[in-house]
Amino acid sequence: MKALLVRDLRLAIRAGGGFGLGLAFFLIVTVLVPFGVGPQSALLSTIAPGILWLGALLACLLSLDRILALDWEDGTLDLLACAPLPMEAAVSVKALAHWLTTGLPLVIAAPLFALLLNLPSAGYAPLVLSLLLGTPALSVIGTFGAALTVGIKRGGLLLSLLVLPLYVPTLIYGAEAARRGAAGLDTSTPLIMLAGITFGVIALLPFASAAVLRVNIR
Amino acid sequence: MMPDLGKYADAVLGAYAASIVLLIAIVALSIWQARRTKAALDDVEKRRNG
Amino acid sequence: MSLWEYANPVKFMALSGRILPWAAWLSGICLVVGLIWGFFFTPDDFRQGSTVKIIYLHVPSALMAINIWMMMLVTSLVWIIRRHHVSALAAKAAAPIGVAMTLIALITGAIWGQPMWGTWWAWDPRLTSFLILFLFYLGYIALWAAIEDNDTAADLTSILCLVGSVFAVLSRYAVNFWNQGLHQGASLSLDKEKNVADVFYFPLLVCIAGFVLLFIALVLLRTRTEIRARRASALLARERMA
Repeated sequence: MKALLVRDLRLAIRAGGGFGLGLAFFLIVTVLVPFGVGPQSALLSTIAPGILWLGALLACLLSLDRILALDWEDGTLDLLACAPLPMEAAVSVKALAHWLTTGLPLVIAAPLFALLLNLPSAGYAPLVLSLLLGTPALSVIGTFGAALTVGIKRGGLLLSLLVLPLYVPTLIYGAEAARRGAAGLDTSTPLIMLAGITFGVIALLPFASAAVLRVNIR
Repeated sequence: MMPDLGKYADAVLGAYAASIVLLIAIVALSIWQARRTKAALDDVEKRRNG
Repeated sequence: MSLWEYANPVKFMALSGRILPWAAWLSGICLVVGLIWGFFFTPDDFRQGSTVKIIYLHVPSALMAINIWMMMLVTSLVWIIRRHHVSALAAKAAAPIGVAMTLIALITGAIWGQPMWGTWWAWDPRLTSFLILFLFYLGYIALWAAIEDNDTAADLTSILCLVGSVFAVLSRYAVNFWNQGLHQGASLSLDKEKNVADVFYFPLLVCIAGFVLLFIALVLLRTRTEIRARRASALLARERMA
């Protein structure tokens, strides 16, 4: 498992692996929003939590097809299927690697980008906390979507169509937590719900992803 | 015959029209697909049985 | 005699061929009677005026939109557990009908909302849930269309339907939490005293029966189409082999 994780991380960090692509996309979204809605700082600070969450979600979405597509093409997945490692563990490791290379950098960069959008100072801790709790769910759900579409040529658009509705609960609770935090309200309820979704998804969805992958490899 | 729909006539008629169009569309699509597939299958069966 | 006998395509074709005309005619009669009754012979509501007549389309289509997804969930489970091809094909056949029903519910809802709430669309929990349901239907159909191998497609869409159902329920609660709505509560339920008045209730029941029968007729027809298409492509493949 550790070997697989290290290998995935190494591939991602190597040039062309897509590491940093998500971050750059996140940065561009954050920079473009003020051009779209106008530079009033009051308006920006009210929509900042939502924009940051949406940016993180889209950046995540952008890198999903990289989770499995390359391994599918060069036959690594077939080898993994024969390996003693259960498929459920393999997809979990894949999701973890995706989170470490995409989700975690987004969480770390979010406060910096929040500066650009004039987020109220009370909002930083809830924003980071909600992203930290929510982005693993995005990676795990995304791995499921990637597993579904791995056998389809040019499945990127289909992948987005399948995954976006699945992202709705995570986005709602995550953005709600960040928004309440920025408004100085109590954030415990959405954060607890968000954590519930994330842990539930981490516990259950790998079984579905593994089943789907087995079907695709068959 | 036509009931007096008052000031909401547009809304009510629009809703009925849109729904009926959609219902007819799905029914027509299903029937069209059914006919086409049946014709295709009959074609193949005929060739197969001589 | 057990229900599973009809998993045999030949038996299914025979039985569905007999039921289909009945369901089609009955649904036509119920829809015509119900809609004409509702449209021409019911009074206006004292608050909502004549817009109350939209209920005869809005409520049945919304009911069907949810129940068709439930039916797809059940047939997907049957496919995953017992691997009956007819079941998987029935789920595939039902999805476009679900899309049509969801669209009718959304459109009539928007047209009804415009005069009542002063807006076509509000990010109300029920409306939002239906929009999400619509996206699930689209994704499901797109996945069926994208995969060439039939059994793979059936497996993958079944699992998507399962996972999607869980997330649809999650979304429903999330959306409730996110925004309190404009939409009124359920207007029909078996255990509640406070239903809509009888004058609206009976034509509504007829319309619901019509929609249910229409769905049964359509899903049978479409499943028969899918079975025939499958057989035709199998025969064609055999021809090419020979």
